[in-house]
Amino acid sequence: MKTLVLVEHENGDLKDATLSAVTAAASLGEVHLLVAGDAGAAAVAEAAARIAGVGKVHLAEDASLAHQLAENVAPLAVSLMEGHDAFVAPATTTGKNIAPRVAALLDVMQISDVIAIEGEDTFVRPIYAGNAIATVKSSDAKKVLTVRATAFDKAPREGGSGTVERVSGAGDQGLSSFVGAEIAASERPELTSAKIIVSGGRALGSAEQFHQYIDPLADKLGAAVGASRAAVDAGYAPNDYQVGQTGKIVAPELYVAVGISGAIQHLAGMKDSKLIVAINKDEDAPIFQVADIGLVGDLFKLVPELTEKL
Amino acid sequence: MKLLVPVKRVIDYNVKPRVKADGTGVDLANVKMSMNPFDEIAVEEAIRLKEKGVATEIVVVSIGPAKAQETLRTALAMGADRAILVQTDDNVEPLAVAKILTKIAAEEQPGMVILGKQAIDDDSNQTGQMLAALLGWAQGTFASKVEVEGEAVSVTREVDGGLETVRLKLPAIVTTDLRLNEPRYASLPNIMKAKSKPLATKSPADYGVDIAPRLTTLQVREPSKREAGVKVGSVDELIDRLRTVGVIG
Repeated sequence: MKTLVLVEHENGDLKDATLSAVTAAASLGEVHLLVAGDAGAAAVAEAAARIAGVGKVHLAEDASLAHQLAENVAPLAVSLMEGHDAFVAPATTTGKNIAPRVAALLDVMQISDVIAIEGEDTFVRPIYAGNAIATVKSSDAKKVLTVRATAFDKAPREGGSGTVERVSGAGDQGLSSFVGAEIAASERPELTSAKIIVSGGRALGSAEQFHQYIDPLADKLGAAVGASRAAVDAGYAPNDYQVGQTGKIVAPELYVAVGISGAIQHLAGMKDSKLIVAINKDEDAPIFQVADIGLVGDLFKLVPELTEKL
Repeated sequence: MKLLVPVKRVIDYNVKPRVKADGTGVDLANVKMSMNPFDEIAVEEAIRLKEKGVATEIVVVSIGPAKAQETLRTALAMGADRAILVQTDDNVEPLAVAKILTKIAAEEQPGMVILGKQAIDDDSNQTGQMLAALLGWAQGTFASKVEVEGEAVSVTREVDGGLETVRLKLPAIVTTDLRLNEPRYASLPNIMKAKSKPLATKSPADYGVDIAPRLTTLQVREPSKREAGVKVGSVDELIDRLRTVGVIG
């Protein structure tokens, strides 16, 4: 099988989620990549060609592809699918936006958020917020998948010797345009690829206290900061901190849940973490059912103590 | 403009799903069902657009069993004007749902279709994008803000790094994220009134759409259980354990 992997990139940087998608695609067969973007895309394509295991890199450089608008990227991907058997995108907001559009244009059912590949037509994916795991077999001639980054190892960034080939896009479809973005600035590691995550919940009580208690602990651990939906809805933390079914899916080596009760929607986003530590004053909180190490008590006392002693 | 809002009847989000012992699926017998939470947000947004004078009529659609009527009545009670039930007991995949909706959109000529970003049962996150593809319309997925400006709609989207705003030519597809709005509760008088609002019942065959599934579910199993953890009595003990495991230096 020949697979076409959508490369996720931003400001000339190739995102880690792509590396996981390459690993998933490699288990299906020959891996080709698609880099769509404007002027900065050539550098991304060069970097993409060095990823271990990559064959051809299709580079489409056009102003209409600058922000990877689904309306302009999907026809381009579809045109390349004549020579490919599967389309694989990372299950990021970009991948989730583009892949179903590609699937419908190809008249195939997409398999979303794949966590394991059992054969070239058999895939494993979580359903019901991760409370059930389904194995599905696709009867479509071409496969379209989005893959969960945390379920596949990252392909090494170096070691490959792919060739870059320029392709032309379908041009601007005239349906949509990019207006602007507000990207949350952070010096900390990115949430979805961080080795350690410290997450805060509603019990933090306010945005000030969230930063006052969670940030120093995260910095001490070199961790990314996450939040439960309750904390985000209450305005304690920005939207893109949200871990859960409707936010980001993470699987770090260490996940520290502070003042998070552990609703099923939250657990869906973090229960594949290697080690889960919960700090909560309610000893019956559901989070303790998945936590490897639980500490019952007042977070306002325990968190500063933990930060200091680390 | 007319708004089309597809809604889905799903297991209530507060219920913990149980996997059937024979591995064929999730047990839905005698389980509380409700409108998919993202679809409630879609209905609410449509109503707000009508209250602002942007929308003239709200048509809600559901594809599913006879009981999906309840979901449509809920949407009517919230403020939708009329409903279409495409009745089937078969499992309808997002691609087939998108195809049926394409036909309904051709009949109804909506200015915008507002859908939830994903259903909390199959967690696919596909139908809106597929519908946009089949209609050849623009898509504003994961919307946290929607503003109609003449012949275009400006949609602020929740993306991985933060927020992004796109401007879409109308007609367009919008899929809702959690923070778009807070759905209203239907009042008792409105629930009563909703009973007399029009609800048309159709079948997938009426639209000439083949709903045969492309995916076969081979098995549904429980996720692997985490081993029972320990509770520690102090911060020192916690740090000791973290050091022993080696996750901290």
